[in-house]
Amino acid sequence: MNARVQGPLPHGPEWDFELLEQYDHVIAETAAEYALDTYPNQIEIINSEQMLDAYASSGLPLGYPHWSYGKAFIRHDQAYRKGYQGLAYEIVINSSPCIAYLMEENSLMMQALVIAHASYGHNSFFKGNYLFKQFTQADAILDYLVFSRRYVMECEQRFGTAEVEEVIDSCHALMDFGVDRYRRPQPQSAKEREARKSEMEEHERRQFNDIWRTLPPAAPSAAATAAANFPPEPEENILYFVEKHSPRLAPWQRELVRIVRKLSQYFYPQIQTKVMNEGWATFWHYTLLNRLYEKRIVDDAFMIEFLHNHTNVVTQRGFDQQGYHGMNPYALGFAMMQDIRRICENPTEEDTAWFPEIAHTDWRKSLDFAMRNFKDESFIAQYLSPRLIREFRLFVVADHVGKAELEVDSIHDDQGYRRVRRMLADQYKRENMLPDIQVARYDRDGDRSLTLRNQIFRGRPLAEDEANEVLRHLGRLWGFPVRLEAVDAEGRVDGYREWRP
Amino acid sequence: MNYLIDRRLNGRNKSAVNRERFIRRYKDHIRRSVKGMIAERSITDMAKGGEVKVPAKDISEPSFHYGSGGDWETVHPGNKEFVRGDKIPRPEGGGRGRGGSGTGSGDSVDDFVFTLSRDEFLNIFFEDLELPNLMRTAIAEAEDRKLIRAGYVKEGTPSNLSVARTMKTALARRIALGGPLKEELEAAREELEIAMRSGRPMGEIEVIQARILDLEGRLARLPFLDDVDLRYRHRVAVPRPSARAVMFCLMDVSASMDERKKDLAKRFFTLLYLFLTRKYERVELVFIRHTDEAQEVDEDTFFYDTQSGGTVVYSALELMHEICAARYPRSDWNIYAAQASDGDAFGADPAKSARFLREQLLPLARYFAYIECPDENHSGNSSLWVEYEELEKPGRNFAMRRVYSPTEIYPVFRDLFRKEKV
Repeated sequence: MNARVQGPLPHGPEWDFELLEQYDHVIAETAAEYALDTYPNQIEIINSEQMLDAYASSGLPLGYPHWSYGKAFIRHDQAYRKGYQGLAYEIVINSSPCIAYLMEENSLMMQALVIAHASYGHNSFFKGNYLFKQFTQADAILDYLVFSRRYVMECEQRFGTAEVEEVIDSCHALMDFGVDRYRRPQPQSAKEREARKSEMEEHERRQFNDIWRTLPPAAPSAAATAAANFPPEPEENILYFVEKHSPRLAPWQRELVRIVRKLSQYFYPQIQTKVMNEGWATFWHYTLLNRLYEKRIVDDAFMIEFLHNHTNVVTQRGFDQQGYHGMNPYALGFAMMQDIRRICENPTEEDTAWFPEIAHTDWRKSLDFAMRNFKDESFIAQYLSPRLIREFRLFVVADHVGKAELEVDSIHDDQGYRRVRRMLADQYKRENMLPDIQVARYDRDGDRSLTLRNQIFRGRPLAEDEANEVLRHLGRLWGFPVRLEAVDAEGRVDGYREWRP
Repeated sequence: MNYLIDRRLNGRNKSAVNRERFIRRYKDHIRRSVKGMIAERSITDMAKGGEVKVPAKDISEPSFHYGSGGDWETVHPGNKEFVRGDKIPRPEGGGRGRGGSGTGSGDSVDDFVFTLSRDEFLNIFFEDLELPNLMRTAIAEAEDRKLIRAGYVKEGTPSNLSVARTMKTALARRIALGGPLKEELEAAREELEIAMRSGRPMGEIEVIQARILDLEGRLARLPFLDDVDLRYRHRVAVPRPSARAVMFCLMDVSASMDERKKDLAKRFFTLLYLFLTRKYERVELVFIRHTDEAQEVDEDTFFYDTQSGGTVVYSALELMHEICAARYPRSDWNIYAAQASDGDAFGADPAKSARFLREQLLPLARYFAYIECPDENHSGNSSLWVEYEELEKPGRNFAMRRVYSPTEIYPVFRDLFRKEKV
């Protein structure tokens, strides 16, 4: 394989495994030139039916059985058969080895493109980005999926399909709220606790002063009364709280809650880094294939076909054009990655003023730093340049309840750059997508009711009927009354809804 | 190290189990749709899949999310004319303010439409009729195949072992392999005899004796039976020889037959049709409706055209007899007939009909089934029932039942197929 014939590699609509290997080989060599750090790759060829199967299970290679996946499958299957929807060219899984599914229908050029995109672009992102590092274990996920599938099926046999489905239904309703945004501290070992205790005692001994004994006792502080409240701090991971504290769940049900929670957590980094992840992968397929062209490994016809596909992917439609569905993450991400490279290599005066820390640096290092240490929100807030705001002609529309009309808040001018950038970054914030709902109280010693608190943010209400539905699901998991209070900005309870068994 | 794997040959129906769960969960909706389909379909199309609708709100998966209202800012691309402070009238039908983030998240009200496969459809169709499972698979199986002998093969299951063939091959092998050895042995023995007689030196004789021993040993080591000798009877599946059948549907369409009764009749005819299509490659349908006179009509007219008038059963039976004589000679066709009626008949008609049936039609037909769909609160026997009752004897190719609801249709078929020994 190493003894490759000089001259361009063949291309055309047909591919075979030998050619794929050759392409993979040259792409790997080129990626090594740029020092892309990846997990080992596993490239799998699948057909369209298998792709539909993969769609139905959110791209995972296997999952536990559940009707909602059947629904997703039927939906995609119908849409595909009727021609409403094409299928993705690839699906890539954050695991080690990194599994990429390639569609058999792709032309040879497309296969090369998706290998560069998925197996080198996404793959290196999975390995490098801090969120993925913190929250997912790439080498364990496949085993965990196997375990969860087997566990769910065993439960179905022992306790009945309907019972298991009920629990999973309820968990799915709360899936968005089964995510830790920060790592929980590791539990201390007995030894560490011991060491800490003696340290504190030593500290007290040194600070000892008999005069404190003579002071009158202080009135019980607010903190002391709050301690009677459980949990002492609000808990935003509702499924976690249910798993640990539900008074009703049997151990196997707890394990089911845990499985759904883990799955939800696995997807958390992907949701938080959509723009960056796609931008990074698109940037690298673009860069790698262009490099192949420079080295004359692929010819003009290949590049024309490639550019045709590439531009389709990174098209951003305007707000008033047909087919506009908000910002295209591929377009935005790719443009920002290219822009960072441009700022590093030949910045304008404006760029040096806005980005002094990356102008005139090695673009490889700066881009790598950006990939590793940001998520969409912070990435946009940090790197969106005025030039891009102008190119995209971004503008902010404010929709305020009190006003009869919408108002253009900012546009791409000197006054507006920072605000547009802030607003676009906010759009990718989790708080902006999901309401703020946390576990506030668990009345352990009373009626065992659970109280959630919805902190109302800028007057945005919950969707009513569904909130009641979800509350019913939570009640099913909890087994005792559950309550959802709405709290306004001043901390006053605005109203509440309740579910009783 | 990179791996390249071809997964295309792996199983494709990974989602089948999830699909089946979805269908089970929404069975009520689906059953309702299937019911609608039964009503609007023709009998011959019954054994196909079909589209099912489930209202979108019934299958939504709820979650906590923002409703409309509150303060929002959204960033859009492609600004051409706006400057800061421009006012834009609110678009009709709710804020477009969120356009960016929440496209179509649960807001679409389209019904969830999907296609049932033939098997899924039949499953639900039969479920209503409370067919036993075995019967269900027997009908759902589209093509009937029969195993016939097709010579012998070298591999197979022990139960198919052909002993005679195997022994024959073994014998042939032993002859083929042992023949030359035997000849050589004979020659060697002769040589030995000559050598002994002519008093050759001991050494030479011993060499010959050793050779004889060796040859005898090789002969003895030839196995009596070897793996390569095994022969198995071979069977291949061929479609069962097909025959033609004609099915007569006779129905009373006088005013007393209302929609409910017609629906029962339709299900009954459908079931019979499905049984027949399973047994015969080609089944023709003849629809005869009658009031006081009988007509041959197409299916639509048969079920949906209303006609009023009296009731003369005899006319339909006569017409059937005529059609048989003209188009379906008994030597070429298997004749089945199903008659549905509410049993109202007057005067001499029932007795005449029963006699005609016994003397003319039953000798002609493979089977004649009669169902009566009386009014729900009806008690006592109808006049037709009383006359027909005499025809129903064990061993006769005639069955009759009174049917009030779809669940009662099946027993008629049980009788039918007990007789046919399928």
